[in-house]
Amino acid sequence: MTADAPGADEPNAIDVTGITKSFSGKTVVDDVDLTVRHGEIVGFLGPNGSGKTTTIRVICGLLLPDAGAGTVLGYDVIREARRIKHQVGYMTQHFSFYGDLTIAENLDFVARLYGLKPRRDHVMEALENLGMASRADQLAETLSGGWKQRLALAACIMHKPKLLLLDEPTAGVDPKARRDFWDEIHQLAADGLTVLVSTHYMDEAERCHRIAYISYGKLIAQGTVADIVAGSNLITYVVEGPDLARVQRRLDKTDGIEQIAPFGATLHVVGSDPDKLKAALGPLGEDAAYSVRPADTSLEDVFIKFMGAATDNMQ
Amino acid sequence: MNRFFSLSRTGAVLIKEFIQMRRDRITFSMMLGVPLMQLLLFGYAINMDPKGLPAALVALDQGRYARAVVSALENTDYYRFDHVVGSIAEAEELILAGDVAFVVTIPSDFTRRVERGESPQILVDADASDPTAATNAIGALPQLARRALSRELGQELQAAEESTRNLEIVVHRRYNPEGISQYNIVPALLGVILQMTMVMMTAMALTREVERGTMENLLAMPATPLEIMLGKVTPYIGVGAVQVVVVLTTAKLLFAIPFVGSLPLLLAAILVFIIALVLLGYTFSTFARTQMQAMQLTFFFFLPSIMLSGFMFPFRGMPEWAQVFGEVLPLTHFLRVVRGIMLKGADWRAISFEVWVLVAFVLAYAVMALLRFRRTLD
Repeated sequence: MTADAPGADEPNAIDVTGITKSFSGKTVVDDVDLTVRHGEIVGFLGPNGSGKTTTIRVICGLLLPDAGAGTVLGYDVIREARRIKHQVGYMTQHFSFYGDLTIAENLDFVARLYGLKPRRDHVMEALENLGMASRADQLAETLSGGWKQRLALAACIMHKPKLLLLDEPTAGVDPKARRDFWDEIHQLAADGLTVLVSTHYMDEAERCHRIAYISYGKLIAQGTVADIVAGSNLITYVVEGPDLARVQRRLDKTDGIEQIAPFGATLHVVGSDPDKLKAALGPLGEDAAYSVRPADTSLEDVFIKFMGAATDNMQ
Repeated sequence: MNRFFSLSRTGAVLIKEFIQMRRDRITFSMMLGVPLMQLLLFGYAINMDPKGLPAALVALDQGRYARAVVSALENTDYYRFDHVVGSIAEAEELILAGDVAFVVTIPSDFTRRVERGESPQILVDADASDPTAATNAIGALPQLARRALSRELGQELQAAEESTRNLEIVVHRRYNPEGISQYNIVPALLGVILQMTMVMMTAMALTREVERGTMENLLAMPATPLEIMLGKVTPYIGVGAVQVVVVLTTAKLLFAIPFVGSLPLLLAAILVFIIALVLLGYTFSTFARTQMQAMQLTFFFFLPSIMLSGFMFPFRGMPEWAQVFGEVLPLTHFLRVVRGIMLKGADWRAISFEVWVLVAFVLAYAVMALLRFRRTLD
């Protein structure tokens, strides 16, 4: 990082407030405030169509917000979109490099666009980091999903951005590739890169330093996983025993039980009022065939609650 | 419900098709607009027997017999004497630049010869680079002139009758004496081929990026609209250059089209024309959302270009409004340049106006494309 860059003395890599964007009358992002500190990995969560992609596009200057202001890497998000583009790496949700170019040609294209010098060295370095040096001449469209994603990441970080925006980077990628991908993200963050990553996967959310949850365009919660779980005031019990499907049906509408979902051979029962929840599960606890014990509330349970609440708001 | 054919299944596909058709606004308006436009435009504009062709009169003799002949020519509707000039040299320039299709020269001894009963002459120089335009007008000449002359003379003189019979109309079919229509068509084909391929290829340029989703990535990277435009259209200018070499070589070797003028001048004009075309195509690609739509826009523009540019039908034979329409097509101007240089040996002075018009097209299309370019995904 150069000393005269405005981002140097700016505490937050992303600091935007009141971001609002609507498409043909439909508000997709509604008054979103988002802060991401330097070197942080922030997970951006929310159901499909909740405005994650739109928010990310506003941050990297691909969309002009209807309202809102703020800075990205110290640059004004509206007026200095061009400067932001130079220091941001944006990995789109769908593979958006050129399928009819080879891996090396795609990287070369990016290197030229950013004016990286010496170009050859940058391309070679990226290829080697990718472990793709031997496949440099393969057409990008013939790559598997996981490799396409790795190529896209390599291309996005080639110009050494200070901020990386990843839009559902691991959608449709197998678990091993996902694991590798996250390891790499953490490596990059350790080297000082700031990352904002949108995802559906709870396990990925738990790998972030902080998360932000958006639903129907509104930011609902922001903080560490522990903060968010604690802030939800949810209590979880795990039920084990025979014929759980019937138990689930029976308990479903009981007062005090807000969520009930099967997890393998167990049933997770979630509620926010400890007394009511205990009362609801009381009869089952006395049955010797069943074991009922308290457990940690998972992030997923919290999100299901958020989603339920948000849907209620919409109606 | 039949195993092999079911009306409701057919209906399902049919209804789905209608809905999709309605959603694709550009295609829908093309389906309605193209036939209507073609019918009105071409139905009224195309004239296989062109009349009112611009002509220049060089009246070296102002006598009454000369005037009678000239007014008779005008009455045929074939000739429209826009230019009355004092010297043959001036008329020469007009025909070279394509401003007139004919030059009618009445020699200074016309009256004297009529009165003396000698054989008087009228000289007609026709721009035969477009044989269709010239043929009927030339065909109508001798009889008309003779009739006009005899009416003027009455039966007063034996000598006059003699001279009417002997009236000689000297026709020079300039630039294409044998009236070979290939001479007219092949050079023009250069323009038509370039127009079709250049516009079509570049019309796809941006839409392909949008369709494949690569546009989002391109916009997220630091490339300006001007850089993207220049980068995307320049390769097609190269493709155009190859086409030019192929067409010109073929014109020479297979069709033996004469090449009278300056090759460098032609190449320079072609370059301007190609740049105009690729920018036009690029502009189309900022309008179209799919490659299919880009293709349709290309054809929408291509049809009037071949019909109203003077490629298929004599430009001057079209009604005034159709000529105005034709003037806003780059092909019209390019055809004048390419025919002028190849067949007539036109120099820079004769074609400079047309080239400047092409330059104006380049600027207009470039501005339009850059204004239309969406820097964001909105």
